[in-house]
Amino acid sequence: MKNIALIIVVAVAIAGCASKEERQDTPVTDRSSGVTPPMANNNAGSTTMPNRQTDVRGDPLHEPGNILSKRSVFFDYDSNAVKDEYRGLVQAHSRYLGDKRDSKIRIEGNCDERGSREYNLALGQRRAESVKKVMTVLGVQDMRIETVSYGEEKPMANGHDEQAWSQNRRADIKYSGE
Amino acid sequence: MKRSILFAGLLLLAFAGRAQLTIDITTSGGRQVPIAVMPLAGEGAQPQSVSEVVAADLARTGLFRLVNTIGISPVPTEPSEVNFADWTARSAEALVIGKIESQAEGRVEVRFRLFDVQKQAQLASYSYVVGPAQLRATAHRIADLIYERLTGDKGVFSTKVTYVVKRGKRYELQVADADGFNAQSVLASQEPIMSPSWSPDGSRLAYVSFDQKKPIVVVQNLAQGTTRIAANYRGNNSAPAWSPDGRFLAVALSKDGLTQIYRIPAAGGDAERLTESPGIDTQPAFSPDGQWIAFTSDRGGSPQIYRMPAAGGPAQRLTFEGSYNVGPRFSPDGRFMAYVQREAGRFRIATMELANGQIQVLTEGTLDDSPTYAPNGKMILYESQVGGRGQLAAVSGDGRVRQRLTSAAGDVQDPAWGPMPTN
Repeated sequence: MKNIALIIVVAVAIAGCASKEERQDTPVTDRSSGVTPPMANNNAGSTTMPNRQTDVRGDPLHEPGNILSKRSVFFDYDSNAVKDEYRGLVQAHSRYLGDKRDSKIRIEGNCDERGSREYNLALGQRRAESVKKVMTVLGVQDMRIETVSYGEEKPMANGHDEQAWSQNRRADIKYSGE
Repeated sequence: MKRSILFAGLLLLAFAGRAQLTIDITTSGGRQVPIAVMPLAGEGAQPQSVSEVVAADLARTGLFRLVNTIGISPVPTEPSEVNFADWTARSAEALVIGKIESQAEGRVEVRFRLFDVQKQAQLASYSYVVGPAQLRATAHRIADLIYERLTGDKGVFSTKVTYVVKRGKRYELQVADADGFNAQSVLASQEPIMSPSWSPDGSRLAYVSFDQKKPIVVVQNLAQGTTRIAANYRGNNSAPAWSPDGRFLAVALSKDGLTQIYRIPAAGGDAERLTESPGIDTQPAFSPDGQWIAFTSDRGGSPQIYRMPAAGGPAQRLTFEGSYNVGPRFSPDGRFMAYVQREAGRFRIATMELANGQIQVLTEGTLDDSPTYAPNGKMILYESQVGGRGQLAAVSGDGRVRQRLTSAAGDVQDPAWGPMPTN
């Protein structure tokens, strides 16, 4: 029962963030809404639950193959919408944070090199905010997530073409202490 | 103080022996004043040639053409020794002569005279008693005086510039003379450094440091080397800009959600929020009279430039052409605003005349950014990308004179031109 409720909440969060024009002030969709978009099942199925009980040696955050070891959400140009393919990743980290009440994260937004440095710094932070919003809808407390940005200052790929740029339009989830 | 209103285009960075920046004129439009700068008598015995620095300063502005001085003998050092017919024959309109003589305690006296060749009249005569280490700075002061006498505008040869040099993963904030010489690293880090901004008196730099793995605003006292954190709130802290009276720093903070503009007392204190928009507000810049703050905001759907009263209040949109106009900087006289605009995927530097909204696109790059005015308003220094590398360039406010500042060091970015020296 609890799981179904979570699925619904996730689905609603996804629906609320799918718009490319999503802004900071977009109202968060009511959690009590019973609407379950068709993608809800797929999404739940694609989410790998961290298996903390059976593998006590491994740190799920750094265990290869564990979705929690994936930390990057990539964005389209001029967009801060969290794409569907990253919902599972964001959802997994939200659940982990739900279990680990003492952990905090910093979400670091990044941009490609096009445009003005300082404006890109703010755009990267807005990308981080988009990821944060999905997490807070999933129940993670606001104060446990700080959103910052490196703007265009720390490219993952150094090229000057779309292949590099697509790698650099990104938000990375970092746990405190990492 | 800041009456740099005429036109002419002017100035900048020079040649580099061990300097990191080499400045070349790539375009110089308009008529150039032919000027002869004679070697100063006695300068060969000094560690630094004064006349070479003066000549290079003037030539770099694109407003002067150096007249050949070879074959003039004997070298005139006094007005009575000047044969104006020689200079008329060489088409010189202005002539500089002078001498350097030893004084007590290892000091030297540098004397120079500027003449109008046609009128056969002396326009200026000054002497300085300095230590040998000050010869280069003295040459810049001489060039400033010559420039001002001949163009009506203040020279900026004695000013400084700062910029960020990136070599691999190492970042340095450097301060250099306006001719590119004497580059010194005032800060080095393995993390990015961004957006240096000079205090109005030139004694401090505010900048964005990532040493704490997130952007915070730091103020560094240049003479003492001491630093103080000016803004380290939750989220991003960036885009510092000093008020003209030095009392406030306007900054962009994301502590309350998306990035908004705040001000903090320069002496330290709490941030006071100045903008309340549903979008991003950033890149604040005070007008020279301290009345306004211009800034970038995408509250209307695309990033555009607005201005509001310096203490906050209703904002008025300034840019309407195109879908991307960001990063405003006022000219020192407050009449113009330089900014970055995007057109067909290219980012270039443009100016707007605030009284009538007239726009002039000044540069031709693809990723131009961070325009900064010379303190006399004649040149705009900016960051450009050439062959995938960050390099600095400068363009005159009328777009006629262009300079390229090259460095073998690595990527050079985020320039900020310092104020006029206070003495």
